[in-house]
Amino acid sequence: MNRKMVFYTTGQILLLNALLLMLPLVVSFLYADGCWLPFLLTALISAALGGVLQLTCKPVSNDYYAKEGFVITALAWLTLSLVGALPFFLSRQIPSYVDAFFETVSGFTTTGASILTDVEAMSKSLLFWRSFTHWVGGMGILVLLVAVLPTVSGRTIHVLRAEMPGPTMGKLRPRLSDTAKILYLIYVVMTVIEIILLLFGGMPLFDSIVHSFGSAGTGGFGIKADSIAGYSNYCQWVITVFMFLFGVNFNLYFMLLIGRFRPALKSDELRAYVGIALTAMLLISVNIYPMYHNLADTLRLSAFQVSSIMTTTGYSTVNFDAWPDFSRTILIILMFIGASAGSTGGGLKVSRVVLLLRTVRREFQHMLHPRSIGSVKFEGKPVENATLVSVSTYFGLYMAIFALMLLLVSLEPDFDFTSNFSAVAACFNNIGPGLGLVGPALSYTNYSDFSKLVLSFGMLLGRLELYPILFLLNPSTWTKK
Amino acid sequence: MKIIVTGCGKIGTTLLASLTAEGHDVTALDNDAELISTLTDSYDIMGVCGNAVDCDTLEEAGVRGSDLFVAVTGSDELNMLSCFLAKRLGALHTVARIRNPEYSGKSLSFMRQQLDITLPVNPEKLAAQELFNTLKFPSNMKVETFSRRNFLMIELKLKEDSPLCGIPLSSLRNKFRANFLICAVQRGDTIHIPRGDFELHGGDKIALTANPGELHKLLKSMGLLKKQARDIMILGGSKTAFYLAQMLLSTGSSVTIIDKDKAICHELSNTLPGVMVIHGDGAHEQLLVDEGLRSQDAFVALTGNDEQNILLSFYAASEQVEKVLAKVNRVELATIAEQMGLSNIFSLRQMVSNVIVKYVRALENSSGSNNIETLYKLMDGRIEALEFKVDERSDVTEIPLKELPIKKDILLTGILRNRKPIIPNGDDMIVPGDRVIVLAAGHRLQSLTDILR
Repeated sequence: MNRKMVFYTTGQILLLNALLLMLPLVVSFLYADGCWLPFLLTALISAALGGVLQLTCKPVSNDYYAKEGFVITALAWLTLSLVGALPFFLSRQIPSYVDAFFETVSGFTTTGASILTDVEAMSKSLLFWRSFTHWVGGMGILVLLVAVLPTVSGRTIHVLRAEMPGPTMGKLRPRLSDTAKILYLIYVVMTVIEIILLLFGGMPLFDSIVHSFGSAGTGGFGIKADSIAGYSNYCQWVITVFMFLFGVNFNLYFMLLIGRFRPALKSDELRAYVGIALTAMLLISVNIYPMYHNLADTLRLSAFQVSSIMTTTGYSTVNFDAWPDFSRTILIILMFIGASAGSTGGGLKVSRVVLLLRTVRREFQHMLHPRSIGSVKFEGKPVENATLVSVSTYFGLYMAIFALMLLLVSLEPDFDFTSNFSAVAACFNNIGPGLGLVGPALSYTNYSDFSKLVLSFGMLLGRLELYPILFLLNPSTWTKK
Repeated sequence: MKIIVTGCGKIGTTLLASLTAEGHDVTALDNDAELISTLTDSYDIMGVCGNAVDCDTLEEAGVRGSDLFVAVTGSDELNMLSCFLAKRLGALHTVARIRNPEYSGKSLSFMRQQLDITLPVNPEKLAAQELFNTLKFPSNMKVETFSRRNFLMIELKLKEDSPLCGIPLSSLRNKFRANFLICAVQRGDTIHIPRGDFELHGGDKIALTANPGELHKLLKSMGLLKKQARDIMILGGSKTAFYLAQMLLSTGSSVTIIDKDKAICHELSNTLPGVMVIHGDGAHEQLLVDEGLRSQDAFVALTGNDEQNILLSFYAASEQVEKVLAKVNRVELATIAEQMGLSNIFSLRQMVSNVIVKYVRALENSSGSNNIETLYKLMDGRIEALEFKVDERSDVTEIPLKELPIKKDILLTGILRNRKPIIPNGDDMIVPGDRVIVLAAGHRLQSLTDILR
């Protein structure tokens, strides 16, 4: 393995992180909340570490392959979370480092699971940093790196492939850095539009920015105890729509930009995504209507919650833990389905679910007619067997890791099965709030440090789609030359 | 520039590598999904899987608004058709590989005009031209022409007892009383752009420029120039062999072609009446000897099998054939064969790639003042020789060369003024209207002013 390249790139990420920390530093000065020192210190530490890695690990060759791509991605995210946790810890507003780490991982992986019991007591700059990590983590820090730095090798695609969610990755433009730039451009423009629309709805500027970051990255950190519930219906609808839009494959937006409307709107994944969301919304509406006796409220609440859970954002406008079991179960299923591939959302991804179901259909046909040759089509093109196998393998591995984490978290004495199950599902799929003791009104603070670390790794595994973290932790990755 | 390459075989892949290294936006189009995914993993390009004559696929590859469309699939007809479609869909220029000898002369120019193909490329013909050059010049030497044959550049490996060895370069010109310039030296793995105090050793590979007359004089005084090759044996009746035989016949050489396919032999004897066509397996050494290998001046191995070409070339060399040429397509094999002493090795794909890259550079510079006219890669592609046309005054003109702040590893090797070649020294200067040949190691020159620090 090209170790120098791995550490060198990690150094670049740390330098970039030091730059990103300037934003909350500015916010801290603007609001004079006294938190500038922790941010400055963290930026200095990040820059110093990054500088040392850059100087000591100048790579001899620029070559790297799939393995380096995975390891760079995993290491970058882990380092970033470790360093990103320092402002919370140094400011003593989150006194335990494990808690601060959990909160930061939750931020970068766009989970939105929090250990804070009183979020409104936090300093503005820390709240800003928390939500800003959502925004950066949503599209990806390495995508950002590729967008701002000149490409060193044709093989950089391995890093992006490891970071971008979805079974396959399509380039928008021949050059990778152009692709990354276009993705970030779409991302920034959509975020700004959301901020403006929220401002129109009378939401204060700081709240608009923070909530837009949260929905753009499909993260879900709020700054109010009741999340979004306190804002106007207009603002709730704006956030509903934008969460949903950020859960769409960004390649489709690019196709719309260059005028290829037909294939974009005919996309199988988009249709399945919309179909699942509408069905879930309808079922929940019918199920919860007796609780509210008002069609407008029912639709708003169910649309918001479906959009929030399916895109794995995790905002809430109501304590959905109080809903009937039927609705709660639908939400749990939506957690696993997740958003579209190539979006900022998490979960299994709609495209994988569609491919799995179509594979099942082909297998059924094959069982009844063993000599039959069936092909699985997706987005109008036949899918190769290798892709189908990798999707099935991914699903199996996903469930196995889920079961293992559930087992580890069940060691907790004070939590019931529903809470543990939903906590693991909500962290692994990058949603945030779960049911029971980790419901939207409560937090993860009562879990032990051990469980918090397990859940933190769950979030990283879920955001980076398993493999990078697994390869990072595999000793043979490091012992072999 | 936005470039689309369809047909990602040997030539296509080599081309993709060169074009991405030049910094172009390249899209690869092929109907083999596995190949496309390997390529997108190795190069910074966009891959599109599909049929190159399907309009939807072409649109997906971004043919609208692309600057150049290159079709190098194995089929001439497919190449022509996809170029035609690409042009109609909005590509600015098109390059098609067309290699069937039947599509030549009048029919080629007619089709080219009707289908609006900007540049047809015939790899086999290019290769034949190159082989022909080598056969007509001394052994152990690669020859390239600049400025419409006014300058020649040769690459040769020095023997231990070469008269060039052990003398500072600055005194060489006087010793041989010929006007020439040694512009690049490869010693072991390192490349030198030598200065006046540099001394050559045996085993060095050198590149040397001179005008044809001076070169003749020099080679004669070095004892390298002997009689021209007249009896030539070609192994393998490929298209390259056909073109090469045609050229050799026109200069009065006697040519023997050996191929193991009877149909090909019949066809060759029909189209090339003056050639001796032998039907047999050239891998049997006895057959080669029976057909007079020992009395030949040159042996050219052009079969489709790299290994066979290399081995039989060694055999021919051991039978005292003076000139041995081999076609080797795989880069790794070519390097090994070269290390073992085979000096004339040709790779079709590298040649085609060079021609197209040269064309792309010319396209790119067609609006600029300094045009690149010829591009030639030497020393395994580590040095580039470029020919610029100087149209107007700039920072490099009318200043004596010794006062110009030229970058390290760049050398002005020749100036052509009023059709007269000049091998420049420090007092010469460039004036508008000149053609200038520049050698660059490790620099990518886009215009002549790029040579300045």
